[in-house]
Amino acid sequence: MNLIKLRKFWYLISLLVIIPGLVSLFTKGLNYGIDFTGGSLIEVKFERPVTPGEVRPLLVELRLSEGSRIQTSAGNTLLIRTRDLSQEESDRLLKGLQQKIGTLELLRNEKVGPAIGKELRNKAFLSLAIAFALMIIYITIRFEFRFALAAIAALFHDIVVTVGLVSLLGLEVEGAFIAALLTIVGYSINDTIVIFDRIRENLGKRKKEPLDEVIHNSILQTLARSINTVLTVIFCLVALIIFGGVTIRAFIITMLIGVISGAYSSIFNASPIWYDLRRLSTS
Amino acid sequence: MAVKQTQQKKSPGINWVEIGKLTLLVLLVSGLAVGLAKPLAGQLQQHLGLDLRGGVHVVFEAVPTPDTPVTADSITRLAATIRNRVDALGVTEPVIQPEGTRRVVVELPGVKDPEEAVRLIGRTAHLEFKTEDGKTVLTGKDLKDARAQLNPASNEPEVLLKFDKEGARIFGQVTTANVKKRIAIYLDDKLLTAPVVDEPIPTGEAVIRGGYQTLEEAQREAVLLRSGALPVKVQLMEKRSVGPLLGKDSLERSLWAGIIGVALIFIFMILYYRLPGLVADLSLIVYGLIVVGIFLLIKATLTLPGIAGFILSIGMAVDANIIIYERLKEELKTGKTLRAAIDAGFHHAFRTILDANVTTLIAAAVLYYFGSGPIRGFAVTLSIGILTSMFTAITFTRFVLHLIARSRLILNPKAFGPGLGEVKA
Repeated sequence: MNLIKLRKFWYLISLLVIIPGLVSLFTKGLNYGIDFTGGSLIEVKFERPVTPGEVRPLLVELRLSEGSRIQTSAGNTLLIRTRDLSQEESDRLLKGLQQKIGTLELLRNEKVGPAIGKELRNKAFLSLAIAFALMIIYITIRFEFRFALAAIAALFHDIVVTVGLVSLLGLEVEGAFIAALLTIVGYSINDTIVIFDRIRENLGKRKKEPLDEVIHNSILQTLARSINTVLTVIFCLVALIIFGGVTIRAFIITMLIGVISGAYSSIFNASPIWYDLRRLSTS
Repeated sequence: MAVKQTQQKKSPGINWVEIGKLTLLVLLVSGLAVGLAKPLAGQLQQHLGLDLRGGVHVVFEAVPTPDTPVTADSITRLAATIRNRVDALGVTEPVIQPEGTRRVVVELPGVKDPEEAVRLIGRTAHLEFKTEDGKTVLTGKDLKDARAQLNPASNEPEVLLKFDKEGARIFGQVTTANVKKRIAIYLDDKLLTAPVVDEPIPTGEAVIRGGYQTLEEAQREAVLLRSGALPVKVQLMEKRSVGPLLGKDSLERSLWAGIIGVALIFIFMILYYRLPGLVADLSLIVYGLIVVGIFLLIKATLTLPGIAGFILSIGMAVDANIIIYERLKEELKTGKTLRAAIDAGFHHAFRTILDANVTTLIAAAVLYYFGSGPIRGFAVTLSIGILTSMFTAITFTRFVLHLIARSRLILNPKAFGPGLGEVKA
C-alpha cells in the first residue's frame, strides 16, 4: 500500500471539506465587509460599557438604522456599521453618541463608496488569474506542463476550501482577503514544488521502480520538511491570531485555513493528480 | 616511537582556530542583534503606516459636471489644491497622489483630528460675490489673500480678503455701480453675509463677517479660501481614519505576536534539529537584521498587513533552512563526511529553494501590481523576506555549518538530529 494507491481516499477527504463549504457559499454566500459592499464603519471607545440597545434609538432617530449592525466588545468598544455615510451624517452620529452615552474616543471611521467594492472584486479575479497563468508558465519551463496543471489543481483546491470555510464560519471578507488568498496560493505552490522537485529528481534515479512507488517515496522523503515548515508558519499565524488584535484576525484565520489546506493538498492532492494526469496521457 | 606518535596525532582533534572564529561570529551576531534592536526599532517607528500610528487615508473622485468636465489637467490641479490645503494644516509627510484618471489619494499620518482634516480638505470652498440681481461678479480665483482677524471695533472674528489686481479693479467697478445696494458673499453656496455698500472700494479689500463664532473658525475658512477653490466637484469615495489609540494598540499587539511567534520557531528548531537548529536561529537573527535594514533603506512604510507579511516571511524563511537540514540528514545517512554532506545538501537544496520561492515571488509581484496601499506593503515585505531568506540560507547558514565541521567540536551524530549514525568530520 502506498500514498498513491490510497489517492481516492485523499480526494474523498478533500471533498468532505469542500462540499459543505460550497453549499454554504451558494446558500449563505460570503460575509462581505464594507470594502466590497460599500458603507461606513465607526469604532469608538467609551469610558463605560455600552449595549447595542442603548445605541439603536440614536440610529433610528438619525435614520441610519436600515441595514445597520451594532456590535460591542470588551474594553467598552462599540462597532457600528451603516450604509455609506456622508461626512455630515458621520459627524451627527458621533455627536449623538457623545451626548447620549458619554465621552468617547474615535478609534476608526471608515467609509467606502459602493463603486470601490466592484472594482476590488474584479481586481481580485484578475490578479488570481494572472498569478495562475504566470505560475503555469514558470512550472512548465522548469518542470513540465502536467506538473503545472497538477499544481494549479491543488491551488484551486486550496482556494475553494478557504473560500468555502470562510463562508461557513461567516468570517468577514475585506480587502485584505485578496492578499490572504494570493499568499495562500504562493505558499501552497511553494509546498507543492518542493515535492515535485523530489519526484523529478527520483524519476531520474529510479527508472525501474513503478511510478506510484517513486511518488510515494518522494513524498515520504519530503514529509518531515512539509510538516516542519507548515508548523513554523502555523506558530506565527496562531501567535498573530491570539495576540495580534482584532483588526487583522479574519485575515490571519483565512491565511491559517489556506496554509493547512495548502500543506494537505501538496502532499495528498498535487502528486496523485499528477500521477492520474500522466496515466491518462500515456494510456 | 616518534613515527607512532605522529600517526596518533593524525586522528583529528578539536580545531581551536575555527572554534575561535565560530565564537567570534556568534558573539558578533548576538551583539549586533542586542545592540541594534533599539535603534532599529526607533528608526522603524518613523515609518509606521496610518493603521499603526493613526491618521487618515482618503480617496476623492472628481465628478464631471456640464460646466467642469474632468480632464487630466483638472486632476493635476485638484491634487495641487489639496496639497495647498494639507500644507496649511501642517501635516508632516503627507501623501497626495493622483490615482487613475479621476481620483486623488490623500494620506495624512499622525493627524490629531482626522475627521476635521477630511472635512477641511474636501470642502469645495467656492467663494462668490453676487449682486442683488443674482449676477456673480467675483469668485475665489480673483483672490490674492485671505486672513482671519478680530474686528478692532466689535472684537468679532472676521476674514479679510484681498483681491488681485484684476479682482480689485472689478471690485472697484462693482462697488461703484452698487452703492446703497447689497453685495452677497457666498461660500460653498451658503450665504455668509450680505453687506450694504456704503461707498466705492477701490483698494481691493473686503471683509466677511457675521458667520464665525470663534477666531479658529475664521482661520479655517481663511485657509480654505487662500488655498483656492477645488477646480472640480469632488466626491469622497473612501475614507479610513484610524485614531492614535487604535494605532498604538495594533502596534503593541503585533509586536507581541511577532516576538511569541519567533520564539516558538526558535525553540522548535533547536528541539527538532539540535545544533543545526541553533545555527538556523542565528541565521534568522541575521535575516531579521537584513530585512529591517532594507525596510529602512527603501523607506518602506510599515502597516499592519506588512508586519503580518514580515512575521509570515520568518515562518517561510525557516523553510529554506529546513529544506537544507533535511537534505543534510539524508546525506549524512548515506555515510558521507560532515563536510561533504553539507556541500551535497546545499547543492540539492538550492534548486528546490529557488523553484519554490520563485513561484511565491510571482504571487507577491501580482499582489504588488494590482494591490493598493496596505496590500502593496504586504507584498513588498513578503518579497523582501523571501529574497533575503534565500540569501541568508545559502550564505550564512552554510558558512556557519562549515565552520562547525572544520572545528570538529561536535561529532556526536545526535547533535545533528535524531536517528543518525556516526558523523565523520
